[in-house]
Amino acid sequence: MAKKKIAHGIERIPSGIEGFDFISDGGLPRNRSTLVCGTSGSAKTVFAAQFLAKGILDCGDAGVFVTFEEPKDEICKNIESLGWDIKKFESENKWAFVDASPDPSQDTVIAGRYEMGAFIARIEHAIKKTRAKRIAIDSLGALMEQFPDRDLLRREILRLTMVLKKLNVTAIITVERLSEYGEISRYGFEEFVADNVIILRNALEEEKRRRTVEILKFRGTQHQKGEYPFTIIPGRGIIAIPLSASELKHKSTNIRIPSGVKELDLICDGGFFRDSIILVSGATGTGKTLLTTEFAKGGSLNNEKTLIFGFEESRDQLFRNAIAWGVDFEKMEKKGKLKAVCTYPEMRGLEDHLINIKHIVKEFEPDRIAIDSLSALERISTVKGFREFVVGLTSFIKERELAAMFTATTSTLMGGTSITETHISTITDSIILLRYVEMFGEMHRGLTVLKMRGSKHDKEIREFTIDHAGMHIGSPFHNVTGILSGNLQHIEKHELDRIKEIFPEKN
Amino acid sequence: MSEYLFKLFITGQSKISRTAVANLQAIINTHFKGNSRMIVIDVLEQPDLAERDKIMATPTLVVESPNPVKYLIGDLANKETVQKILCI
Repeated sequence: MAKKKIAHGIERIPSGIEGFDFISDGGLPRNRSTLVCGTSGSAKTVFAAQFLAKGILDCGDAGVFVTFEEPKDEICKNIESLGWDIKKFESENKWAFVDASPDPSQDTVIAGRYEMGAFIARIEHAIKKTRAKRIAIDSLGALMEQFPDRDLLRREILRLTMVLKKLNVTAIITVERLSEYGEISRYGFEEFVADNVIILRNALEEEKRRRTVEILKFRGTQHQKGEYPFTIIPGRGIIAIPLSASELKHKSTNIRIPSGVKELDLICDGGFFRDSIILVSGATGTGKTLLTTEFAKGGSLNNEKTLIFGFEESRDQLFRNAIAWGVDFEKMEKKGKLKAVCTYPEMRGLEDHLINIKHIVKEFEPDRIAIDSLSALERISTVKGFREFVVGLTSFIKERELAAMFTATTSTLMGGTSITETHISTITDSIILLRYVEMFGEMHRGLTVLKMRGSKHDKEIREFTIDHAGMHIGSPFHNVTGILSGNLQHIEKHELDRIKEIFPEKN
Repeated sequence: MSEYLFKLFITGQSKISRTAVANLQAIINTHFKGNSRMIVIDVLEQPDLAERDKIMATPTLVVESPNPVKYLIGDLANKETVQKILCI
């Protein structure tokens, strides 16, 4: 049952590409041809095949795949690794190939005037045989190489698009490009199949590959503008990640949850908000992982499920550290109150990490989520990519109304801010800073709640200690200034009184 | 005796189709009388045959035997090319 979606006058058909229907405001324009342009390796064939495969699986729409370059067996093999059995679709008369790939053994010679009559007849035949609603033509450039008469091809392709429209078929036509940010297509196809154009890119940026999809235009109808990252996952195909496009419609709540550290709850006037995103920032060794562990403990005591994503330590290390602080992760795990997923950040690209996180959250359904640390993920990506990742992640978390704790590492030991903070401090609801305080030859530790949206909180920098029972937050540092800037100064008592006079405290 | 098998794929009764048929008929009468067979296939009537032989353009002449198989695209008006390929 094909869903009908009408956006601004042009009816749409679900694209079958996860995330794309959002970017396109409903899917591809129905009964029209859409050009999909991309350089070699930009996933055009996957896009086209997925359009057909998901059309069959989700909407019951039969499809025809016309291939000019790869022989049909190659396509079947490549698509199979993504999880779709084309041969089975063929046996069910839901998928038909028109194999127009060149046969190297076939010696063809031009001996007079000709048209592409047989080609169009074969396509029409395949569409009628399967009663297809979708067709993918991959790729037009290869046709140009077989039949070099440009004017003839132009006429015949135009004729083909009109035949397809008459047969009520929605078409995807893939076309080659030579550069990521140059001309739209190699042979200028967009000039005559011009109504709807999508561009797939696989650009190299700071030594990393970034796949994006852009809707250049959909004639007569709305769509999101600009490039959106996507990734290809075996078993699911192309997944586009629409990010900052989501609206800021999240509800907010006044319910408080325990942080796991009693004193911290007091400092925060009752605990964290049920749906807040808390950023914990500090130099290495200041206690970020500890705070994460306490967060998980707080969840467990409150009968909540916590999901931890560790990118800094192995599972064993994480669990061992927790025991040293009096928290038994294994027991929590057995009771189903904890799930810890520890991986190397380098294992996959940032888009894949986001998809993996979303997938596990949907499966495990936690109440709280912790990521230790965001900085580890920041190291493996570009600035743009990281920012998009954070926006995508926080948007997802807000939608599900989870409490989230992210840790970030500052680059200097004393004072300073982390780069991560620069990107996400406006997105987070609460920021907790952990800092080293050097006093008379010893390293002490300080904690302060920098901001807490929607709630009052203690403004002091308090000293905290760590022992076998976890974190203990004590009294504020007296007679010391400049902790956050890293330029510690001890003040004599009468100096302190003088400063207090200048800034009288309001009680 | 190597018999010639000529399969001509055309699209209906268009001018190009009729020209191709006429040209092929003339060639057969002149050079291959008695040792050839001619089959005309209309792709509009039998698209499945076009699919099987992977024909793209029309008219296409497939000289199926003797081996090797030869393919000529067009209405066969290029006399020189036709003569070269068919060795006549």
